[in-house]
Amino acid sequence: MIQVKEITKYFGKKPVVDNVSVNIQPGKITSFIGPNGAGKSTLLSMVSRLLDADTGEVLLDKSDVRKWKSDEFSKRISILKQSNYMNVRLTIRELVSFGRFPYSKGRLNAEDIKMVDQAIEYMNLKDLENNYLDELSGGQRQRAFIAMVIAQDTEYILLDEPLNNLDMKHSVQIMKILRKLVTELGKTVVIVLHDINFASVYSDYIVALKNGRVVKDGPTHEIINSNALKEIYDMDIPIQEMNSCRICVYFNS
Amino acid sequence: MRNRTKMLILLVIAIIFTALYLFQGLNGSYDYALPRRAIKVLAMALTGVAIAYSTVIFQTITHNRILTPSVMGLDSLYMLVQTVIYYFFGSMSILVINKNYNFFISVIAMIVFALLLYRFLFNAGKRPIYFLLLVGIIIGTFLGSITTFMQVLIDPNEFTSLQNKMFASFNNVNGDLVWLAMVIIVLTIIYGWRVIRELDVLSLGRDNAINLGVNYDKIVKSMLVLSAILIATSTALVGPITFFGLIVANLSYQYFNTYKHSVLIVGASLMSLVALIGGQWIVERIFTFDTTLSVIINFIGGIYFIYLLLKESRASV
Repeated sequence: MIQVKEITKYFGKKPVVDNVSVNIQPGKITSFIGPNGAGKSTLLSMVSRLLDADTGEVLLDKSDVRKWKSDEFSKRISILKQSNYMNVRLTIRELVSFGRFPYSKGRLNAEDIKMVDQAIEYMNLKDLENNYLDELSGGQRQRAFIAMVIAQDTEYILLDEPLNNLDMKHSVQIMKILRKLVTELGKTVVIVLHDINFASVYSDYIVALKNGRVVKDGPTHEIINSNALKEIYDMDIPIQEMNSCRICVYFNS
Repeated sequence: MRNRTKMLILLVIAIIFTALYLFQGLNGSYDYALPRRAIKVLAMALTGVAIAYSTVIFQTITHNRILTPSVMGLDSLYMLVQTVIYYFFGSMSILVINKNYNFFISVIAMIVFALLLYRFLFNAGKRPIYFLLLVGIIIGTFLGSITTFMQVLIDPNEFTSLQNKMFASFNNVNGDLVWLAMVIIVLTIIYGWRVIRELDVLSLGRDNAINLGVNYDKIVKSMLVLSAILIATSTALVGPITFFGLIVANLSYQYFNTYKHSVLIVGASLMSLVALIGGQWIVERIFTFDTTLSVIINFIGGIYFIYLLLKESRASV
């Protein structure tokens, strides 16, 4: 169980995340949405201890994330940021094997190799596993990084804009995989999304941020309606229901 | 070619050069020449390994392949310490003549400097590592300028003597100091070797390293201190070889094409041995001491540095 309690983060004098409290529902997909600069990524970074909060605390199983031992923590929560620049050349298989580092510290045993194989299989990367990352397309690279996180085998998977720079086909592919992770493997997924329709169609729970504060949070159907969206985005957004998906038609509003 | 084979080839070349250097033209002088040559070989091996190791870990924690620990102001500080000694005490002072004093003063000055720098920077809040690099470069330039200023003021004869300190030389290393430096370097490397696999993870970047359970801040700090100790020791032993670490580290990345630091570091160390011992052999027996090894290394290294800059700038466009 992850509980975020009244956390605040300043960049300079400006609060980027301002007194935010959220509980992450286990076994669900939770989306963080909101305009640019709302503090979504910063919030996610603090939950995953990539950033320290200035005040407030994030609790995993009732104890502060800063008090967890780093290798124990990394068996519980994994995080994938949007930019993953590296100056080493790795193959997909080598990258995914790094996902087992919290367990094996670099010496893979049979169990680790099995998990790596499964993760590669899960992301349909078997044919490409010996290709180098810099030879891949954006979608394949993103899948490789998600495979690493799957191999890490954590209860909580945090993703910062995983659909960035992906086309429709790959975006849908990745969202479907995340859905599968929740339903088949019982993971909890927390994801920062820009496209509100992906949030609407795939998430169970939505947290909407604006200017560093939570303006709305609740089950998806409570957030995806014109009134709530008006409050979040300052736009009049009509909603259309199609095949039991609620689609926000914001393009000409 | 497998990495194991490549490693063996390097090892064989290193052994051949070492044997040539030790035994060629010995003329049966086992009591006199051999121990002296052996001390030089040991000094070169220590320097080479210390520089290779510290450069590779430094470049991994700073996520760059161009800057080396010398850039953090360590080489400049060494020159400043030497210049200050000449400026205030002259070339006949005990601090110059007694190599032990000189060694200790240089090592301690460089390590204290590095620790203060890191301490100040890390306590001033969480700053990106680039900030540290930038401050290091600026301080290096600043120290360099003070050094030049003092060198302009001292007696020309003193300056000629000081000039010997400006370039690394293996020709007059002190036997006792080599053993001391060996203890420091070997202990430091054994200590650092425990986190060799964490370094592999660090090359995925800060965020991924933390995600995978690496205690990032702690490792970065301890590795910075470690590389400072190694560079300080090797510089105080033989003098500054600014571009050397850059060459061997980058050649090792290119040649071995792996992320594994155990391979990269051992590879870079072997290359160091080949370059230093082989180079010294060529300088002594072929150029018959017409030039010094460090001049050649800095000449080749400087060209390689420019090549790397051009390559990186093309890659980032």
